[in-house]
Amino acid sequence: MTELTSLTIAEAREKLGAKEITSVELTKAYVDAIDAFNGTFNAYITTTPEKAMEMAKASDERRASGKVGALEGIPLGIKDLFATEGVHTQAASHILDGFKPKYESTVTQNLWDDGAVMLGKLNMDEFAMGSSNETSFYGPVVNPWKAEGSNQQLVPGGSSGGSAAAVAAHLCAGATATDTGGSIRQPAAFTGTVGIKPTYGRCSRWGTVAFASSLDQAGPIARDVRDAAIMLKSMASVDKKDTTSVDLPIPDYEAALGQSVKGMKIGIPKEYRVDNMPEEIEALWQQGIAYLKDAGAEIVDISLPHTKYALPAYYIVAPAEASSNLARYDGVRYGLRVDGKDIADMYEKTRAAGFGTEVKRRIMIGTYVLSAGYYDAYYLQAQKVRTLIKRDFETVFHAGVDAILTPATPSSAFGIADENLAADPVAMYLNDIFTVTVNMAGLPGIAVPAGLDKKGLPLGLQLLGKPFEEETLFRTAHVIEQAAGKFTPAKWW
Amino acid sequence: MSVDLATVKRVARLARIAVTEDDANRMVGELNGIINFVEQLSEVDVTGVEPMTSVTPMDMRKRADAVTDGDKADDIVANAPVTDRNFFLVPKVVE
Repeated sequence: MTELTSLTIAEAREKLGAKEITSVELTKAYVDAIDAFNGTFNAYITTTPEKAMEMAKASDERRASGKVGALEGIPLGIKDLFATEGVHTQAASHILDGFKPKYESTVTQNLWDDGAVMLGKLNMDEFAMGSSNETSFYGPVVNPWKAEGSNQQLVPGGSSGGSAAAVAAHLCAGATATDTGGSIRQPAAFTGTVGIKPTYGRCSRWGTVAFASSLDQAGPIARDVRDAAIMLKSMASVDKKDTTSVDLPIPDYEAALGQSVKGMKIGIPKEYRVDNMPEEIEALWQQGIAYLKDAGAEIVDISLPHTKYALPAYYIVAPAEASSNLARYDGVRYGLRVDGKDIADMYEKTRAAGFGTEVKRRIMIGTYVLSAGYYDAYYLQAQKVRTLIKRDFETVFHAGVDAILTPATPSSAFGIADENLAADPVAMYLNDIFTVTVNMAGLPGIAVPAGLDKKGLPLGLQLLGKPFEEETLFRTAHVIEQAAGKFTPAKWW
Repeated sequence: MSVDLATVKRVARLARIAVTEDDANRMVGELNGIINFVEQLSEVDVTGVEPMTSVTPMDMRKRADAVTDGDKADDIVANAPVTDRNFFLVPKVVE
């Protein structure tokens, strides 16, 4: 019998439906796997095995009484950014020390309403600020992938590094994640998994710890395109509690899989061919173009002229919003408090002790660009550039392009504690160069594994789409997946 | 534009983050690196371009101005570091 933890969500759904397995059996298999291997990966910050077994038992009882949700009995990992009632929720930060919310985020509530089982809370970059999962207060996450013939530990990407590693190492069937500048798609690409950032407004932000409110979106990381489609359908909702939640019906994303891409127009933006891009990334991109051409899609060269300005604009807008959002951590209402000689001293000492280096750096940048005299030069300029970035996309979509194909990342996974990246924050930021554009424009993007590099590490392609046309992305990503196959790390643990 | 040590200290004070002399010195270099990187935005011609206020062309949903929630004082203070009878306690502010 195959290991239960090797089943995709779709496969587990079938076996549960056919009564070949129970959720209790499936959940127990994951709880045991986490017990055995989480120490190796540091993917979970907190595990909730008792709660998981209770939820699994309740799920089996529901199934016996004929009530079967879309994720009935499926064990999932939850990024530490999502508020989970009574369970550790700290955005992997020290400043939220001991925080256990009295409420549940809309996204996770949607999952439990559909019958899913919670295995625990997943590691991430502190407040989702990072591209390597190394800024976590709880330490780095280890990528289940290793280069051939090497024993070096690699990062899983970030900020949803715990989510991506747990999915790739089969420590959960699927995971929730969030994406502010690439935090779903970059870790998915680094771990051979599938991750989709939906259109801004598709998933409710209610109960998700805020980083940059105009950019943050939740989405799934899963083993394949079908599983990502299944999960997004449950995560997405129209939520009165989030004023930016969009009032549009949620399609059956899974139904888009298997539909033809014949006659679809796929745009190839010349601006994504950046200096010093490894040949292998270019080759992967050409391979993706060939896959889609073979499937009958029409390939067109396009231009998105403001692409190079997306990352610098992001590093004004995101820190500005973060400096405002993170003002709430003051040692009064929740989390850590460090006493001081007066209230201002208490605030300053609490925030100095509670925030990590990268978070402080971004709060400082955000405070600076919003401060008197600099607002117009930085923040206003960045928001105007953002309008131009969005206009670039609107122009090509208006010209008939259905989706845009790009590489997901400029490289494969790099080593933990890489010295060059540690010394230069901007070099780390460049990881998001291909992913950040759609956050600025609010558009959906999916990362799908498409091959391995010379070192045997996974590489991903990215598809970008029109607002609320996630179905087009699933359909197209599925064609790439069918052609490229799936990628699983050799089990060394 | 570039950031000097005095600016770093002023910004840290605005952000309510205590910094040591070493922190502040290190941040001068790091913040200048980031500021130099974002500086390239100034070369973009934004004449007549409106700043983005929302990525989706929608009006913000508003709810009726009515009390819909409450009686949760215990929940609200449950995670606070120091409380007394549903009050948050802070160091003395007014002499």
